[in-house]
Amino acid sequence: MATRITQRFEALQQQNRAALVTFVMAGDPDPEGTLQVLKALADNGADVIELGMPFTDPMADGPAIQKATLRALEGGQTQRKTLDVVRRFRAENNTTPIVLMGYYNPIYRYGVDAFLADARQAGVDGLIVVDLPPEHDNELCLPARQADIDFIRLATPTTDAKRLPKVLENTSGFLYYVSVAGVTGARAPTPADVEAAVARIKTHTDLPVAVGFGIRTAEQARAIARFSDAVVVGSALVECVEKAATADEAAQQVAKLTSELAEGVRSARDVAAQ
Amino acid sequence: MTSSAPLYADGPDPYGFYGDFGGRFVAETLMPLILELEEAYQESRHDKAFRDELAYYQSDYIGRPNPLYYAERLTEELGGAKIYLKREDLNHTGAHKINNCIGQILLARKMGKKRIIAETGAGMHGVATATVAARFGMKCVIYMGATDIERQEPNVFRMRLLGAEVVPVTSGTGTLKDAMNEALRDWVTNVDDTFYIIGTVAGPHPYPAMVRDFQAVIGRETREQMLKKEGRLPDSLVACIGGGSNAMGLFGPMLNDSSVAMIGVEAGGHGIATGEHAASLNGGEPGVLHGNRTYLLQSDDGQIKDAHSVSAGLDYPGIGPEHAYLSTTGRVEYVSITDDEAIEAFKRCCHLEGIIPALESAHAIAHALKIAPQLPSDHLMVISLSGRGDKDMSSVAEYLKRNGEYVGVPGKEGNEDQHGTEENR
Repeated sequence: MATRITQRFEALQQQNRAALVTFVMAGDPDPEGTLQVLKALADNGADVIELGMPFTDPMADGPAIQKATLRALEGGQTQRKTLDVVRRFRAENNTTPIVLMGYYNPIYRYGVDAFLADARQAGVDGLIVVDLPPEHDNELCLPARQADIDFIRLATPTTDAKRLPKVLENTSGFLYYVSVAGVTGARAPTPADVEAAVARIKTHTDLPVAVGFGIRTAEQARAIARFSDAVVVGSALVECVEKAATADEAAQQVAKLTSELAEGVRSARDVAAQ
Repeated sequence: MTSSAPLYADGPDPYGFYGDFGGRFVAETLMPLILELEEAYQESRHDKAFRDELAYYQSDYIGRPNPLYYAERLTEELGGAKIYLKREDLNHTGAHKINNCIGQILLARKMGKKRIIAETGAGMHGVATATVAARFGMKCVIYMGATDIERQEPNVFRMRLLGAEVVPVTSGTGTLKDAMNEALRDWVTNVDDTFYIIGTVAGPHPYPAMVRDFQAVIGRETREQMLKKEGRLPDSLVACIGGGSNAMGLFGPMLNDSSVAMIGVEAGGHGIATGEHAASLNGGEPGVLHGNRTYLLQSDDGQIKDAHSVSAGLDYPGIGPEHAYLSTTGRVEYVSITDDEAIEAFKRCCHLEGIIPALESAHAIAHALKIAPQLPSDHLMVISLSGRGDKDMSSVAEYLKRNGEYVGVPGKEGNEDQHGTEENR
């Protein structure tokens, strides 16, 4: 069965443009505010939404997402509340794919089967779980695929040609290429390096390849969207929420940046063609 | 005689699992590095040149073998088991941590790495890492929680003297687990030249197995020394557990000697019932953190809780996966000791044996104080004295002061107590 994610990427391929994938943290600035932020994303050009599941020990994240995690947890965010906000978003929007992103322990503690059933029912389309490499596919990846939830895996600059097939083996929906070795929100990638890496990956898979880590501006998004299937922006959006005094303001700032990024992504191939 | 007992393997399965525990739960960026490390480690285990070199540094740099010391006065006072102390406190740098650091840095050199990173809680692993980095001329960065930096200042100074950069970690709650997160973030960023020396039998495979191997010298020596002194194996082994490296090093080589009872002592803090403790097995649930599945202090929602212990070295919300496994099989008994009991044991070891133990090791002594009196005089007990207590002076002084006791400089405020006045000094 084609998931919302696959449908979305197929549609964008027809339009010959890359997708804008946006990341925000569930429970940030607060549970109600998250719903406003999600709507702001979807209404201003986000093609896929990644929603962070807060975890006390975000080993792969830089300061911006670490702080968002703390804000969410201090506000009492839980896995159940995260699924609730997806459910409420889904009641009004049945097309924008939602991918939950985070670390394994909160899912493991919830119970894998129970989590997958509840996530599916809430309208979750995919999962990105940072600390589950393909060596542990039995834990969550294969059960998720069984439950018709895409399992999106990360490939990185350290993933060589020998390892890439293993990374791709059970990946579905899209592949997320981490453009720099490092944590989220750190240094910016060099487009030429990334382009070569994406080309290399594309010889191994037909899955859409998204590029993320260190992409903050419309200009950067435009450069990456020329040759990738999707551009992921996270920390810059999370910082909009951090700087806002109220949930309304957070949603406004997120809307503004999202429409700029969307404009960048959508114009990338026009510019390239000229 | 031992035919019915299960045999414990020399290591985990090929995926790094001990039963349900262990594994390699890390970000993809680190996977190739961890596989490369595993290959280098497996190769070095069977490499005679590597083993000879390790043996050389163990004897001439660390000062091994250290004594298995008969604690005569402690034994007499308790009137039960015959107590021996395995003197890891006499190692260079004052704790068992260097056993592992010397092994890992030799591996790092073999792999051509130029830069060493490590996390530290009490600072002993940081000091041991900074020491070996200095000895082998490598750049060294130590991540330490801002909270721990405050309570372990002398060790911070030692690391800096040894040429290491000490990075205060303020993210999360600023303790050992956050220092480990920060070290992982460094590693993920500096993938080409950096070797991460993990200080305990935790983290992604192969770390738990590798650290146990480098610490197994404790158990091998103890076994041999006891056979020499008493003509037989010990009846029981007692060791404190944070992540559990000194315990794993002591227990490992005797796991298949089924007559040897083993007891791991977790930090009970203010008591398990209060929720303020560091006893992952006695007060935690299975989960996944820092690359392995093990018992963790966590909420119902899978969020990691802060550990509490008077001893910064035990202040970690997890435990090595092999300990989790040995707990489920029942091979090792895991108990807990409160802050108060540990301090009492600390004082008795000072007074009776003239040895100032690390607060971590005092937890093991405290459990021996509880059980030794009930044991027969021919029961041979070994306590791992994993480190010396010099680093803990300010923690202990503060604790005693809070409890109305004062061990201070004669002539200064508060010295009119059982320890005497300036006149009768």
